[in-house]
Amino acid sequence: MKLNLRVWRQQSHESPGGFGDYTLSDVSEDSSFLEMLDILNEELIEKGEEPVAFDHDCREGICGMCSLIINGNAHGPETATTVCQLHMRHFSDGDTITIEPWRARAFPVIKDLIVDRTAFDNIVQAGGFITARTGSAPDANEIPIPKPIADKAMDAAACIGCGACVAACPNGAAMLFTSAKCSQLNMLPQGQGEKDNRVLKMVAAMDDNGFGNCTNYGECQAVCPKEITLDFIAKMNRDYATAKIHKFFGAAS
Amino acid sequence: MSTDSNSDFPWDSKVPEGPLADKWKNHKAHIKLVNPANRRKYHILIVGSGLAGASAAASLAEMGYKVSCFCYQDSPRRAHSIAAQGGINAAKNYQNDGDSVYRLFYDTIKGGDYRSREANVHRLSEVSGNIIDQMVAQGVPFAREYGGLLANRSFGGAQVSRTFYARGQTGQQLLLGSYSQLSRQIGLGQVKMYTRHEMLDLVLVDGHAKGIITRNLVNGKIERWAGDCVILATGGYGNTFFLSTNAQGCNVTAAFRAYKRGAGFANPCYTQIHPTCIPVHGDQQSKLTLMSESLRNDGRVWAPKEKATAEKIRKGELDPNKVPDEERDYYLERKYPSFGNLAPRDISSRAAKEACDDGRGVASTGLGVYLDFRDAIKRDGKAAIEERYGNLFEMYNRITGDDPYTTPMMIFPAVHYTMGGLWVDYNLESNIPGLFVAGEANFSDHGANRLGASALMQGLADGYFVLPYTVGNYLGEQGIAKAGKVTTDAPGFAEAEAEVQDRIKKMMSINGKESARSLHKRLGHIMWEYCGMARTEEGLKKALELIPKLREEFWTNLRLPGKEEELNPELERAGRVADFLEFGELMCRDALMRDESCGGHFRSEHQSPEGEAVRDDDKFAFVGIWQHQGDDQEPKLIKEPLVYEEVKFTTRSYK
Ligand SMILES: Cc1cc2nc3c(=O)[nH]c(=O)nc-3n(C[C@H](O)[C@H](O)[C@H](O)COP(=O)(O)OP(=O)(O)OC[C@H]3O[C@@H](n4cnc5c(N)ncnc54)[C@H](O)[C@@H]3O)c2cc1C
Ligand code: FES
Repeated sequence: MKLNLRVWRQQSHESPGGFGDYTLSDVSEDSSFLEMLDILNEELIEKGEEPVAFDHDCREGICGMCSLIINGNAHGPETATTVCQLHMRHFSDGDTITIEPWRARAFPVIKDLIVDRTAFDNIVQAGGFITARTGSAPDANEIPIPKPIADKAMDAAACIGCGACVAACPNGAAMLFTSAKCSQLNMLPQGQGEKDNRVLKMVAAMDDNGFGNCTNYGECQAVCPKEITLDFIAKMNRDYATAKIHKFFGAAS
Repeated sequence: MSTDSNSDFPWDSKVPEGPLADKWKNHKAHIKLVNPANRRKYHILIVGSGLAGASAAASLAEMGYKVSCFCYQDSPRRAHSIAAQGGINAAKNYQNDGDSVYRLFYDTIKGGDYRSREANVHRLSEVSGNIIDQMVAQGVPFAREYGGLLANRSFGGAQVSRTFYARGQTGQQLLLGSYSQLSRQIGLGQVKMYTRHEMLDLVLVDGHAKGIITRNLVNGKIERWAGDCVILATGGYGNTFFLSTNAQGCNVTAAFRAYKRGAGFANPCYTQIHPTCIPVHGDQQSKLTLMSESLRNDGRVWAPKEKATAEKIRKGELDPNKVPDEERDYYLERKYPSFGNLAPRDISSRAAKEACDDGRGVASTGLGVYLDFRDAIKRDGKAAIEERYGNLFEMYNRITGDDPYTTPMMIFPAVHYTMGGLWVDYNLESNIPGLFVAGEANFSDHGANRLGASALMQGLADGYFVLPYTVGNYLGEQGIAKAGKVTTDAPGFAEAEAEVQDRIKKMMSINGKESARSLHKRLGHIMWEYCGMARTEEGLKKALELIPKLREEFWTNLRLPGKEEELNPELERAGRVADFLEFGELMCRDALMRDESCGGHFRSEHQSPEGEAVRDDDKFAFVGIWQHQGDDQEPKLIKEPLVYEEVKFTTRSYK
């Protein structure tokens, strides 16, 4: 198929950006979206122009590295699908496709379509863990976990940390991401010891890292390639309120 | 018995004395320790943040060492361990089906076709249970039964259910567990994390590994890092083949640079071709996608019995669902009745290739066989199958557009894992003192074929339960007087940095016509053709002529856009391809030297009348280690004999 591409080009964080227009012929509908960009880049290299920089690695929807806004949608038109898993059969011959980077205050553009998502790591570093010294764990079957809780924790844990939720949010909030990690650990028996501190610290880190406030637009859930749901945000809000009260009485876990 | 005592092997594999089952215990009891107050004076450099690197970094930092950790992605959470789907083995015997440390050990040795080091494998099996304990304590949401206890499934090459899993995302969940521990240490300031940094060289000071050179991938800066020792946990080299199930950035660069500095590279030809991947769709393809081995618990593998039937399917004239049972060849069940669809990977892959070579392949290219869930859905219901494999089925559907609930999946073998790697002794230390190698990057545990669900186990065993002891032993032997003393002014750093700079400058100045990607693809074709699922003397010799020519083209005709001092993905790619172009030759050289068939290394000259691999234990029961002798000289082959105290060589049979 033949395609017209409008691609965001920006040399560096400091320099201004703008759209570049390109056309491609001969794209197979079995190719993935990123393979289509590979073809574009090969053609640019052939012409002696600079290829488009974009983030990607696993190309199987799990590492969370790929991150493109396609025609205004984070990860493109298909639900529950990362860009790397999006295939060209979902587009038509002659389409014009606009490709932009994640746009959020907390994710500055590094070059073209690549942004800096270090802010996500900072949130996890603040509290997204269970303290478990190597070698000190009891037998794994010593703490039975009811299947529904284990399953729900897994639903939350499926987050790939891509940042689509932030990019889609009009406020640039990181609530879906933060609540998924926080709720996974706060739901499990192993996570109870640090429950209050975890939520307090992760929420504080969210604010410190330039993410906006959640005003319940729900755009995050709509674009999440792993179908993480808003109930984790509700859970985190409850955990947060409880932690505040515990803290007030000097008994936060 | 130390293996060097009975041969002319010039290095020491440091296998401890004593009965096999006590070796690790005894070793730990006698190993040198560093006192807690002194640990903060040592600085450990860890390259890689996958299961092996992240778990090592977190554990060593927790013990009190100062750690710097590097990865090329934008976050340590994205290492390719994230992509592992199926599961992780452990000898817990929670299913009461007769599993034990010995059985896991034995299965792994046998699965590896008697080409791994016995003592290392036994240790791996011993610590496997602790890994599950550790990961559960970190909050990894493994699958559970209704009573709340952990669930298991089976993987290839085993007759027990010892595989733990988290839906089809086991690697993701384990990595996120290790990443959370690493993150905790970063938050505490014990680990300094350097993302988007690629290691481009190893630095030796007085013969010891004391530093690395990296390129900052955001601004192109070349930087020096000094430490008391270096741990490489940089993953496998499957991307030598261009198309593989690896991530786009997976590379051999870190390991290969260490090789160039004198580290031995062991068994480079041992590669694993995974039987169940989505077939190639065409020339624009950039990677191959694995369909987890766990699917073979319920899916049945078949190809049409008759060529004519296959041809009709290929032309789209016949719906595979309409092929009656008596016209289907469930070849794994037929040839290996006791293991059936769960025959090990190397054997299953070759069987698929045979069916396709025989003209009975499906898919438009003729390179595909079926993995069919019809009977399992009939038996257990669609809901049960969806619960077990839902996300894999969705992924298949997204990529191919077909629905595996109603149409049998099409699969074909693809390059997946590399058993070869840098040579390490029992302490996971290479022949360069102070250079440790962990995870897929080392060679030690899987012999000539890795069993499914054992790589995750090995990465975590190395990082959590082996390196924290053995690295301390090295540092303790070095002594506290030397702690933290090496700086980036030491001789060796300037030279290594200059070499890295020169190499980049050289690549940037070629101004030729062909892109790195295109050259890489051509290398991949050579490797797959001559060093893939079946290898011959003639083919390997041909590859050894073709690869140097292609390398020559690279260095004279590469087109590399952009600049050095900026984010430049093409420059990153070119550097990796340059190393693959040298390393591919080493793989072929090793495959040619190993004039036998074993595990994933199948030399067509050495097969039984039924087409099974035939080993030659008299001549080849050794680890083949290559040592670089200079760019214009052939590498030297060093042999570490494989001495088995506990198991006996037998012909591997899964019938
Ligand atoms: C699709 C797929 C499915 C799999 N499924 C299973 C399974 O079900 N069970 C199982 O046991 N095994 C499975 N495996 C194998 C297993 O996942 C890997 O062998 C294992 O995770 C490797 O871990 P690692 O820590 O050694 O390396 P990786 O996780 O690959 O990590 C390598 C690290 O090194 C860094 N790095 C690499 N090169 C450089 C450099 N030059 N400079 C700086 N940093 C560098 C990377 O950034 C990364 O952080 C699977 C593999 C694949 C590809
Ligand atoms: S490239 Fe890994 S999720 Fe898309």
